[in-house]
Amino acid sequence: MAQPFAVAGLKGDRKLTERRNGSRWRFRQPSVLPGFGLSLGITLSWLVLIVLIPLSGLVFRASGLGWSDFVALTLDPRTLNALKISFGTAFLAAVINLIFGVILAWVLVRYRFPGKRVIDAMVDLPFALPTAVAGIALTTLYAPNGWIGQVIEPLGLKVAFTPAGIVVALIFVGLPFVVRTVQPIMEEIDKEVEEAAATLGASRFQTISRVLLPGLMPAGLTGFALAFARGVGEYGSVIFIAGNLPYVSEIAPLLIVIRLEEFNYAAATAIAAVMLAISFAMLLFINSIQAWSRRRYVYVA
Amino acid sequence: MSHDPTASSVASPGRQAALPQLAAATSESRLARLTLTITALAFVALFLLLPLAAVFTEALRKGPAEFVAALGDAETFSAIRLTLTVAAIAVPLNLVFGVAAAWAIAKFEFKGKAFLTTLIDLPFSVSPVISGLVFVLLFGSHSLIGPWLQSHGIQILFAVPGLVLATVFVTFPFVARELIPLMQEQGSSDEEAALSLGASGWQTFWHVTLPNIKWGLLYGVLLCNARAMGEFGAVSVVSGHIRGETNTMPLQVEILYNEYNFVAAFAVAALLALLALITLILKTALEIRYSAEIAASRRH
Repeated sequence: MAQPFAVAGLKGDRKLTERRNGSRWRFRQPSVLPGFGLSLGITLSWLVLIVLIPLSGLVFRASGLGWSDFVALTLDPRTLNALKISFGTAFLAAVINLIFGVILAWVLVRYRFPGKRVIDAMVDLPFALPTAVAGIALTTLYAPNGWIGQVIEPLGLKVAFTPAGIVVALIFVGLPFVVRTVQPIMEEIDKEVEEAAATLGASRFQTISRVLLPGLMPAGLTGFALAFARGVGEYGSVIFIAGNLPYVSEIAPLLIVIRLEEFNYAAATAIAAVMLAISFAMLLFINSIQAWSRRRYVYVA
Repeated sequence: MSHDPTASSVASPGRQAALPQLAAATSESRLARLTLTITALAFVALFLLLPLAAVFTEALRKGPAEFVAALGDAETFSAIRLTLTVAAIAVPLNLVFGVAAAWAIAKFEFKGKAFLTTLIDLPFSVSPVISGLVFVLLFGSHSLIGPWLQSHGIQILFAVPGLVLATVFVTFPFVARELIPLMQEQGSSDEEAALSLGASGWQTFWHVTLPNIKWGLLYGVLLCNARAMGEFGAVSVVSGHIRGETNTMPLQVEILYNEYNFVAAFAVAALLALLALITLILKTALEIRYSAEIAASRRH
């Protein structure tokens, strides 16, 4: 009779020492604060209900299509063109935003000029302005009789109702991403780094291109990737200015809407699944840039 | 911030002489500075200021009387009411979620925390159209529960519940994203002190945590609300565009614009632009006054 009792006691002892050493696997670290169960419960149920179930519904539908149908739907020339246009214009817009976004952030961080605070605040306008409003405003500006259209039309440039219009809309939408990721990093640059470069005989241009810009690269890449990802999925601001000509200026999100209106759910699901897969890959890419740069650089996001 | 030579009058003459040279070595030439500033300002003017100016110019093209008349239209009025209703439901829901998520993530250490944070950000990387599509696939007449909903007379798509769901989905991360870094930065020593002095969990939350995070919370709610009222793509897919019933303000803008009713379209757009400007002003004011009490990172 004594034997089982002793074993139980031993087990208890081991548990006690494990708890003391903290070596046992534990879901959470102990804390005196209450409300972990409640807050995590609300978070998880809301996340599952609003985000995970609807998204997995899409994945479920897409997998229900069967591989050959899925491939056929994705390789449809109109779909391929729409994806190409969406990714191509988003890439171009993100490149332009990267260049001008870094210049704008630099000017906002380093220089003083009247109205700087207002300009700084205005950078967030694309976050706050509804995309449909941006869409009709840009279309009006770049239409042949618009303020900008009038100026560029005689030069032979057409922006509204062409793929160039899509790029313009995506520049607007993505602008804050680059500025807002690069700006805080620039603010943290230690002046000593530049002074050191200058004392070692570097010209200002060399200091910027060989010392400062490489340090800003991770933040710049993150901003670029965020602007790119946003541009690929953008719908509201693009559809007004694009002209929406199939094979020429029809973006993938619009094609999803068109397929839905035709009750062609299979095609809509297939395009959405491809876009989702690519955006998740991008998300992973962004996260790994940040993890990598956190290890590599002192001043990072 | 450049060095002020007059402030260092106690410094040795040699150091003073070196200052202008140092400044020249660590900043660009006058010409370069001017070129960069003009480039940046031209970019802002072209892509941000002109569109904003165009909205108000077009709205007032035929005078203020037309502008007011366009807003008095019954369908436009119902669009405004619907937008306010949807935001009034969606924003508080995400507010509660955001506070709960931030409490769990910022105050506790548990397995899978990083993964949970990534999942919360997920809606940001999904196209708005896909955000709408997932609800159509879930509740549509051809879906698993579609026929059941139909036979019980429950309308989700092409009605307010669908609009709310799509809006909640796209604005899901806003409050949580603002609060998590803020609460992580603040730590939990204040709460621990309150608890050790005998406060209950709720008392600690209401009297210690909430006052600490109130400005950050307001900031998140502001951004969440701006997106909720302005969302277009997701809402467009689930709305069904029933005039006077399921059209929110952004959808009304699209309909009026496509009917070549430009003054009316831009009148509604001007209201939304005004909302955006108010959001920006409040946001900037919060950043200036309470920068320490708002999350350190200003990224979205």
